[in-house]
Parts: sequence; C-alpha cells; structure tokens
Amino acid sequence: MIDLYLNLPVWVQSALKGLIAIGVLIPIAGACSMAERKISAWIQGRPGPNRAIVPWVAWIPFFGRFLQRLGVFHLMADGAKFVFKEDVVPGHVNKFYYYIAPLVALVPALCTVVVVPFGAYFDAATETLKPLILADVDIGLIAVFAIGSLGVYALILAGWASNSKYPFLGGVRASAQLISYELSMTLSVIPVFLWVNAPGGNGTMSLFDVVQAQSGPFLSWSGVWFVFYMPLCAFVFLIALFAETNRQPFDMPESEADLVGGFHTEYGEFKWSIFFVAEYAHMTIGSGVFVLLFLGGWNPLPWVPLEPLISGLPMWLGGLIAAGVFLGKTFFFIFLFMWVRWTLPRFRYDQVMKLGWQKLLPLAIGNVIFYALAIAVIELS
Amino acid sequence: MSFKTVERKPLSFAERTYVPQILSGLKTTFKHMVKPKETLEYPEARPPIPNGYRGVPTLVKDPNGREKCVSCQLCEFVCPPKAIRIKPGEIAATSDEAHVEKAPEAFDIDMLRCIYCGLCQEVCPEEAIWLQNVFSMSGYTREEMVNDKERLYALGGTLPDDHFKWDKKKAAEKAGNAAH
Repeated sequence: MIDLYLNLPVWVQSALKGLIAIGVLIPIAGACSMAERKISAWIQGRPGPNRAIVPWVAWIPFFGRFLQRLGVFHLMADGAKFVFKEDVVPGHVNKFYYYIAPLVALVPALCTVVVVPFGAYFDAATETLKPLILADVDIGLIAVFAIGSLGVYALILAGWASNSKYPFLGGVRASAQLISYELSMTLSVIPVFLWVNAPGGNGTMSLFDVVQAQSGPFLSWSGVWFVFYMPLCAFVFLIALFAETNRQPFDMPESEADLVGGFHTEYGEFKWSIFFVAEYAHMTIGSGVFVLLFLGGWNPLPWVPLEPLISGLPMWLGGLIAAGVFLGKTFFFIFLFMWVRWTLPRFRYDQVMKLGWQKLLPLAIGNVIFYALAIAVIELS
Repeated sequence: MSFKTVERKPLSFAERTYVPQILSGLKTTFKHMVKPKETLEYPEARPPIPNGYRGVPTLVKDPNGREKCVSCQLCEFVCPPKAIRIKPGEIAATSDEAHVEKAPEAFDIDMLRCIYCGLCQEVCPEEAIWLQNVFSMSGYTREEMVNDKERLYALGGTLPDDHFKWDKKKAAEKAGNAAH
C-alpha cells in the first residue's frame, strides 16, 4: 500500500495528501462545534445535547446509547438543518460580496494547513525524521501568519456587504482587533526563531525545524520545550491567539450582547455554518501552531523525543503515533479555548484595545529585547 | 448623616495582571465540569409536585363514582378570564340521583384563556372543581386546548371526600330523621 502510494506521480500524491488533510481538518472543525456545546453544558451543570439518534445506530445495544448520550448525532441533525432550512437573504445586501464572504473565510483557514506539519515519520532510507506536511517550505510560520490573517477580510466583507449597522461595526472591530494583536503575536515568536537559528547557519522559519530543536535526548538543553525557556513568549502568543481567532473573551466581531451577533447577523443557514467551520479551523490550526512552537510538537514528553521511539516501527505506524501525540496536544488546546470561553466574561471593546496596545505590545517588545540580549550573551560566552 | 469612608486597598501586581483570578476561575469551572449534572431530564424524570399546586382545573367525582358538579355556574360567573362555559342540565326523574336535580350537560374550560387563578375551586360549593397537579397542558390546535367535560373528568379522577352530601340527602329522603 505504501509502495503503491510512493510509486504514484508526485501531483497525485500531493492531491491525496491535500484531500486527507482537509478530510481531517473539516471533521475536526465540525466536532469542535459539538464539543463546544457539550463542554459549555458540562460547565453549566447540564448534560447537553443528548437526544438525537439514527435509528439503526440505536439498535446497537450499549454503544448506540453511549453515542446518543454523547450527542454525536446532533451534529448530523445540525448539518441537515443547515442544508434544508429556508435560506433568507435580506433584500438590502450587496449580493456578490454577501455570498463570497463565507468562502473568503473558509479558504485561508484551510490553506494554512498546508505549511503546518501534523506529525512526523521516520524515513528508513535517509535515517532521518521527516515531517508529515503538505508543503515543507522554509517560510513555514510566516505563511501561517500571512494566510491566516486573510481570514479577517471575510469578516470585513461580511460586515460591509450585509449593509446593516451591527454587522458593519462587527467587521470594523474585527479589523482593528486583528491588527492590534497580530503585532504582539509576531513579536512573541521572534525569540523562538532567534534560538532555533544559530548564527551562520541556514536561517529557517519552518515549523518542523522548531520542533526538531525541541527534541533533544534526556537531560539535554535541547530536550526542554520552549514553553519552559520562554513562558512569557508562550503567554503573549496564547493571548494573541485568542484574539486572532475571535474567541472569547476577545470575540468582539460577534459579541451577541452589544452587536446582536456582529458580522454574521444577516447570515443564515449554510453560509452561517461555513463561518463557524472557518472559525474552528482557525482555532485548530492556531492550537497546532502553538503546540509546535512551544510544546514540542509530536514529542510525547520533555526529554522524551519521538525519533528513537518510532525509528524501529513501520513507517505508517510511526507516523500515526506522531500525529496522535500532536493531535492530542492540539485537542487539549481546543479544550482550553472552550474552557476559557465559558469562564471569562467578554472584554469591553476599549479594554481589548487597551490590553492589545498598552499591555501586550510593550510586553512583547520587552520580551524580544530581553531574549535578543540573553541569546547574544550565551552565544558570545 | 454620617459617612464612613471605606479604604480601598490598591490592587497588587498579581491582581492587576488578572492571571491568578483567571486561573481560579478556570479551577471553578473545571470543578463544575466534573460535578454531577443538575438537570432534570424532563420527559423521563418528572419534577415533584408540591401539595396544593395549582395546575390545570379538573372536575372530580366522589368516591361513589358520581359527578359532584351540580351546574350551579358559580365558577362560570366568577372566572375572571371567562374560560368556563357550562350548559346546565336536568337529571332525569327516573334516575337514581334524581334528588340532586341538576348536573352539567356540557362543561368546557378553555385552557387558552384559563389563568390558573383557582377562583373556581374556591367558589365551588360542591368541591367538584379542583386545580390539580397537571402542569403540561399542550396541543396543536385551538380545539385541542378546550377541555370538555369528558376530558375534565379523565384528568380529575376521584378525590377522597368526607361529606357525601347527596348520599345523606337521599338517606334522609328515604328514612326521615331516623337515619341520623
């Protein structure tokens, strides 16, 4: 099977890989919406959605009941509802941009997955660890930032095309918030790459190399994850990530309380759900990037790198383990997003701006200066 | 008036970053996540109904299985939203209960109007109408929401009764004061 795959032309391999990556990402995004409902319910002391069931699954004695109580089928019911309910399009919208906005939201969210490695496999031929990635390019993280921030165009477009006050305000807020937090986010990862890129060597922004820099053997300096070296970087990055993905407490573009739903007020049915798939895809990719940068990617524990563990195993099994470890960590962060959402109240908009410009940005700049000096001192000594 | 100025302690650095507060908040919500759920899963589990609950008004029969209502129409007159409609009827002279003289021929309560005030129960001289513990009255049409006599008796059932007024009257009619 592996041989068959390797003998295919390169473009077929790429297309297959792309389909698999999207085939994994979209169900995760869908499952996130389900998880959000369940976790919010659990935090609020309710069992959450647990009624819908497909008849022929109900016949399975124990398992069917378990799935029903877990609310798995509500996802299908939601999907069916989104497809079949009446599609209301207000008469006052700019039709072209109104229809194109959800697509503009979805495309960058799915494109960022191209440069995010979601695992690694041991290549027996070259005896090195190779990333499970669609495009192993050196600009890795820059590409994630560049494409990922295009998602805000969708929000602005949706807000503007809706031709209505609340969505418009939501779109404007989204753009201002994204600019404010993008700065801190970019600054917060600079120390990581200062550390990864030794002077004189080949400079790289690849996320795979960042993980490689965190997978040293037992009790070595390079075995410690960056979150322990650079907790402040991780903290700033995480806060900026919350703001970038428009999650509470930073979900200014939506904020039902004061903007009725913000940019998607005028949207319904399937177009609305695409916005949410995009948001969850963003969240998944964002969590993945955080795991890669600061939490050792697919290395199971600090000082326990993946490479020796999977080097003896078949290629597909090793890849599966690596992807499993990575996805496990990512899912924890997705859980954290939801956990925080149902804990903290939403910020006021002026607080969001104040936090971004007056607190987070100076913190990030000071952080960069501190690590630049520290790394220079270490290199010189 | 005297005022007392409350000294407000300035926030410490940790408090100004909000981080300890956020962490304690996360701890609280996590505890809630693993706690047993408090939801009553309604159709399967029913809430306990306290005694004297004023649910849907119903008509009750006495333990002998005879309808207690004598169609005096007091409830109809007192009903504030005019939800009750009674059509009084005579009891046939040949009937065993002929001495009661009257019984409702039709008794409708429009549940779309009823405000569950309980005045009908208060005013009923025969204790024939009771607001009982039925709390989930629902229907798909307006007609379904009108309880007719049959449905009122089905909902009401039989309540314990100490009086048996009409039994006593009948006994008195037959045996005079000797019955007492």
